[in-house]
Amino acid sequence: MPPSFSGQLINVLAALLLLIAFAMLSQRRVLSLVYLFAWQGLVLSVSTAVVAYSTGQHHLYYSAVLTVVLKVFALPWILHRLIIRLNVKWDRETLINIPTTMMIGIVVVIFSLNLALPISEQASTVTRHSLGVAIACVLLSFLMMITRRKAIPQVVGFLAMENGLFFAATSATYGMPMVVELGVALDVLVGTFIFGIFFFQIRETFDSLDTRHLEKLKER
Amino acid sequence: MIQSLLSQALQTVLIVALAPLLLGWVNQCRAWLQNKSGAGVLQPYRVLHKLFHKDAVLAEHASSLFRMAPYLQFGCMMLVASIVPILATDLAFSAAADVIALVGLFALARLFAALAAMDVGTAFGSMGARREMLVACLAEPALLMVLFTPVLIAQSTSLTTIVETIAHREFVLYPSLAFAAVAFYMVALAENARIPVDNPATHLELTMIHEAMTLEYSARHLALIEWASAMKLLNYSAIGIALFLPWGIVTAGDWLLMPLALVALSLKLLVGGAGLALVETLSAKLRIFRAPEFLGTAFLLAVLGILVRLALER
Amino acid sequence: MELIVLLGMPLAGGLLLALYGHKDRAGELSAVMSFLTLAAAAVLTARIVGEGPIRVLGEMFFVDSFNVFLVALTAFVGFTTSLFSLPYMRNEQHAGKLTPARLRLYHSMFQLFMFTMLLALLTNNLGILWVAMEAATLTTVLLVSLYRTPASLEAAWKYFILCGVGIAQALFGTILLYLAAEKVLGAGGNALLWTHLNEVKGQLEPTVVSLAFVFLLVGYGTKVGLAPLHSWLPDAHAEGPTPVSAVLSGLLLNVALYAVVRTKVLVDGALQNGVAGNLMMGFGLFSVVVAAFFLSRQKDVKRLFAYSSIEHMGIVTFAFGMGGAVATFAALLHMTVHSLTKSAIFFTVGHAAQKSGTQLIADIRGLVVTNPTIGWGLMLGSLAILGIPPFGVFASEFLILTTAMHEHPWATPILLVALGVAFAAVFGKVQTMVFGETSGKRLPHPPALIPVFVHLALVLLLGLFIPPYLADWYRQAARLIG
Repeated sequence: MPPSFSGQLINVLAALLLLIAFAMLSQRRVLSLVYLFAWQGLVLSVSTAVVAYSTGQHHLYYSAVLTVVLKVFALPWILHRLIIRLNVKWDRETLINIPTTMMIGIVVVIFSLNLALPISEQASTVTRHSLGVAIACVLLSFLMMITRRKAIPQVVGFLAMENGLFFAATSATYGMPMVVELGVALDVLVGTFIFGIFFFQIRETFDSLDTRHLEKLKER
Repeated sequence: MIQSLLSQALQTVLIVALAPLLLGWVNQCRAWLQNKSGAGVLQPYRVLHKLFHKDAVLAEHASSLFRMAPYLQFGCMMLVASIVPILATDLAFSAAADVIALVGLFALARLFAALAAMDVGTAFGSMGARREMLVACLAEPALLMVLFTPVLIAQSTSLTTIVETIAHREFVLYPSLAFAAVAFYMVALAENARIPVDNPATHLELTMIHEAMTLEYSARHLALIEWASAMKLLNYSAIGIALFLPWGIVTAGDWLLMPLALVALSLKLLVGGAGLALVETLSAKLRIFRAPEFLGTAFLLAVLGILVRLALER
Repeated sequence: MELIVLLGMPLAGGLLLALYGHKDRAGELSAVMSFLTLAAAAVLTARIVGEGPIRVLGEMFFVDSFNVFLVALTAFVGFTTSLFSLPYMRNEQHAGKLTPARLRLYHSMFQLFMFTMLLALLTNNLGILWVAMEAATLTTVLLVSLYRTPASLEAAWKYFILCGVGIAQALFGTILLYLAAEKVLGAGGNALLWTHLNEVKGQLEPTVVSLAFVFLLVGYGTKVGLAPLHSWLPDAHAEGPTPVSAVLSGLLLNVALYAVVRTKVLVDGALQNGVAGNLMMGFGLFSVVVAAFFLSRQKDVKRLFAYSSIEHMGIVTFAFGMGGAVATFAALLHMTVHSLTKSAIFFTVGHAAQKSGTQLIADIRGLVVTNPTIGWGLMLGSLAILGIPPFGVFASEFLILTTAMHEHPWATPILLVALGVAFAAVFGKVQTMVFGETSGKRLPHPPALIPVFVHLALVLLLGLFIPPYLADWYRQAARLIG
């Protein structure tokens, strides 16, 4: 018994999200990373809108609009400006080479799909199957943060992780209550600004955005 | 029974005969895209004709393996051509149409090509064989992974069953099949020695893979190899069509629909060939050491397809 | 009403100081704001103790004896810290380490930080709790990097990234909790209200809730500084300005632990077994052991006491994990005395470092000669935090240890050994700092350390005699947590 058409559409979008997460994991150019992040936001808001349409949950329309404004335009724009101002283009070396990262990524996806199985059986939403994909997106972004050396990719990973969590919320429960969602959005926005301030501080102090300079404080 | 034998014979002959035509069409499209006039779609036939009328020259140290290899490659491709359902699913050999056997047949052909290339002991032959095996050992697992997604959907490894399941059910969006299709396309490019992994139109020592293996061949042997590789391209297209675009393939007993199936097939091949030419024109050849990354991506996509199938489409 | 003042004061303070924080009297303004917050907290506390739990503004806020006790503590330490930072920050400015613009940032962010913590404590909505916790991270990140030295930037970056990742896990835990709650309570804002969840906690789906708790514990546990997720904590404490270290250690860790305990109550109700408690005990014990062994390797005095905070948070987590009236009582008491003592220690350490111009233990010598007030303050504070009777820390640690001996005998020797190691490490280092040979001269004017001695006096009082109404209050809270 195949799911309804909107269910299938959400599955397609979930698969796209997973693909974008992998693309981000393999992307070496910082600007492309930001564009991918914007695409991720777009797919996210489309899927939220589809869920809203198919379930009649009106508050999801608002969060879809919020997602578009914040994650497709505002945050990528801020990051884009920052990258141009700071003149960083490449993230030359990652800590682990990219094919290995990909293999780890596949293991991560399998792990998260297994993790999601018991939960998605409890959920009653049409979108419950995509919960595994959501967890996978969160963990893949986490992996990206671990494997990158430069500050900006780490931040994009951080934001992508939030995207994954948002997707998890829509797919498991049709979204959190509006107050909470607004609060989370505010936190993310403020967080990005603070990251931006940080970039300038770090570069002013170290003349580079390489986080290798940030490994001096260790237990001796 | 007779019907199935008939459609079997028709399909095999069709593929063997049409293979150079597809190659010619792709080359012609590419020439057009590059603003050249091109040699015409029939050029591969002319080349084959020319080669068959020449006298074969063999290297001094060539063993019988060297002479046997072209026939083996041609045979393997013909066998593949007869088991992939491209016109009708009601084929006499359909019992043998197993996706894993299919991968095995391709592997067998490649094994002999590589052995023969090393047989003469020239530097280029060995180098080509080595590179071919490098590409193959990455492409084959990816191909298997690609095939598993439709296998999971149809719950069977038989190509006939897969085609029948996918072609005859209500329209369902399969993100997993989309992943598999993209991965398959990438594997097909690598396996058929196309850009961006290899360039079929060049004999540049530093970059060539497939061409390096055939340098020592001449006349009818070379003709068979060229023909076999043309068939390989058509076979891959056929598999792609059977797995991902099976609409229009005739199921058992519907002989009246055969002309329609032929039209559908030629349309798909026309579009597919033009698409291949477009991709080849738009992309640049990768360095040989980037090929593993390319195929790794294909493998990744294929695995994602399987995972998406298992996770989302329940 | 009190509640609006309580939340409004720091928020208004934060906004006001964002505009006027660079002026001369900004520190005093901050102190006044903090005092008003404290007054509101006191009135609220009196009301809760008298009337029992209340819900305010359509159940948006919920105050019971558990959180009101932390609110009072937070407001109190916030007030004393703002008093302390008056002379401290002025000295920093004179030393040329801070510009007026940075000072404005400091005052404004300090007030906003107080606001986020109070919001986290008072809100009834677990989602808002998360938002407030994240906001608390955001407000303190720029405080940690206030000096803009390479080390402080690194500490702040680590703090931001690690806590950001951690708090993301907590968000996922919250989502899962909402998933479980929504099935019982229906969709909408009510399903995340703690009071509603508490009423139906027996019906929540056990698998989902237990998974949610794991994520919440890991997420908020990162902020509590539980090992192995503690690595941001020593850096942030060591590199930030001292008042910030004091409130991070004394208050933020408590608030994060509060979040864990609130969810533990729900999870215990849903699971009807001790899984949540056991997890907390495991994390707590591990943190105690890890911290104890790192203590002896520290060369920086603020890092030393940061690790001591990890150790004490571990003890409290362990005690909450054990559960039961006595252990919970002891945990609440320990939270209180640790907050008071640790902030007092950071105050003295801040002055000591400011006077000596270094944070290295090896370079701070003979405080008792150069500056007796600081020397004795540090000695007494360290003795208090190490659990020497008659200070309050002794009382709470004693209670925790005896309960552990009854219920989990295997854990007692581990705790005792860790406490012993910690004692040896801290005492040895503090002893040389206070009484070591020094060539330094006695400084002309002693610093104002009133907050330190007020804190220590309170801790001493709690060790000798817990006022009956306070004990009642703890007991009420302990009953709530179970």
